[in-house]
Amino acid sequence: MAPEQIRSVILDILARIAPDEDLSELDDSVPFREQMELDSMDFLDIVMELRKLYRVQIPEEDYGELGTMDSTVTYLTPLLKDAESTV
Amino acid sequence: MTYDSIIIGAGLSGLAAGIRLAYYGKRVCILERHTTIGGLNSFYRLRGRNHDVGLHAVTNYSPPGGKKGPLNKILRQLRFQWEDFDLSPQCGSSVVFPGHTLRFNNQFDYFETQIAAQFPQQIDGFRQLVSEIDAHNIGDLGQTWISTRARMAARISDPLLINMLLCPLMFYGSPSAHDMDFNQFVIMFRSIYQEGFARPHQGVRLILKNLVRKFKSLGGELKLRAGVKELLTDGKQVSGVMLDDGQILEAKNVLSSAGSAETLQMCGADVPHDDRFTPGDISFVETISVLDQPPAEFGHDETIVFYNDSEDFYYEQSKEPCDIRSGIICSPNNFEYDRPLEEGSIRITALANPDFWMNLPEEKYIEQKQYWYDQILESSMRFIPDFRSHVVDIDTFTPRTIKKFTGHINGCVYGAPQKILDGTTPFNNLFLCGTDQGFLGIIGSMLSGISIANLHLLNPK
Repeated sequence: MAPEQIRSVILDILARIAPDEDLSELDDSVPFREQMELDSMDFLDIVMELRKLYRVQIPEEDYGELGTMDSTVTYLTPLLKDAESTV
Repeated sequence: MTYDSIIIGAGLSGLAAGIRLAYYGKRVCILERHTTIGGLNSFYRLRGRNHDVGLHAVTNYSPPGGKKGPLNKILRQLRFQWEDFDLSPQCGSSVVFPGHTLRFNNQFDYFETQIAAQFPQQIDGFRQLVSEIDAHNIGDLGQTWISTRARMAARISDPLLINMLLCPLMFYGSPSAHDMDFNQFVIMFRSIYQEGFARPHQGVRLILKNLVRKFKSLGGELKLRAGVKELLTDGKQVSGVMLDDGQILEAKNVLSSAGSAETLQMCGADVPHDDRFTPGDISFVETISVLDQPPAEFGHDETIVFYNDSEDFYYEQSKEPCDIRSGIICSPNNFEYDRPLEEGSIRITALANPDFWMNLPEEKYIEQKQYWYDQILESSMRFIPDFRSHVVDIDTFTPRTIKKFTGHINGCVYGAPQKILDGTTPFNNLFLCGTDQGFLGIIGSMLSGISIANLHLLNPK
């Protein structure tokens, strides 16, 4: 998957776990938590959805890499290079 | 076949945990002893009418569009929309003690102005207490007991106000007599005063049916009439369960909503002693009166009235069969529905003595239920219009009813006084959720199932 597709995948997951949030103005360089109501339960869900949809395992020590859209896409690019987007 | 998880109890916490597990592909089976779902918050049909067990109101109300608070948390975690619970907010409630009535509704400011008007010397202290409540973290699962009365007395010098504030919170969620753990107090204060009451038009059955439908659609298994007789263990781990009928089901882990002491009893005698696994003894008698008109037509438009006829407030196991010095008067009609309920009804609840009700011979039981129905109603007439000429049907349940249908020791509804916030037990793959984990109320119990499933069973590793 290319980075733009990964971005769509993340938006799709955010829409599933927080359907009430407006994602249209998302700033990719600003932490998600500063733009939306997301807590640790929601972050766990992002990790679990990635595993469920794409079989990606993210170790707990790497959770910090998922702070912003930019850092998340960067982190996931090598992990998802052979995966196909479902979005 | 070995399940990933077996969940004991198809109440709100068990069903919510089941949805989380099934959603993420775990093979999960929920086992329920009773013929139906719901546990402490179930529903039943009697003489052609639907009744709720336990539900007066859903607390933790948040209007649509909100994103914070426990209701929005569980909607997200269970992948529901706000409309799926069809919640109509309350009309307004009150706490009535001798000489003072404090009204409250789903706007906290209103409650604050009531307190300022009736207890002007205490309002600054009250606001300081609210700041402490707002700063408290209920998500810290390692905290220990702190006396609520002591914390309140540091801010509020009038014991009457302390008792009036505690009354609804205790009635809707204190497992311990006289005092409450401050963490529990914060949970209840937020859910009742700061967030507020609501009710689905159909009652709790709507929420339960939605939970079951989602659980099954995700591949979860639900077995009714499947009581667990014992947990199979080697002393360190559980390997599964044996049902009442002797059938054995195996699982990698077990989550029980049956109660801490109740669960440990299922593990057999060789369990290390632990003070936390001591059952509670707070239980209630509840009268349900079906009416030939909505209560508003005879002048009663309040949602819940919490009353107490003494200066002091005695929240404890009743010495009499029922303690009619205090009570909760609930009118399911008095919510802001878009269409009225089919019939009027009023539910009145009083603290009870479990031993009395458990030990009555059968022939006396019915007679005593009628006697105490009359006593409870008579006592309540001091606080609401006399509606007895409008009653067309009644039902009364007691601690004995609760024990029979939920298995909770003493028919206790708020669980053990000591909560096990992280849901762990002496067995490394046996966990607890529900009232003994500590998040109470309809929303709280779902949050409990979700939190413990997330913490221990959804291992992302």
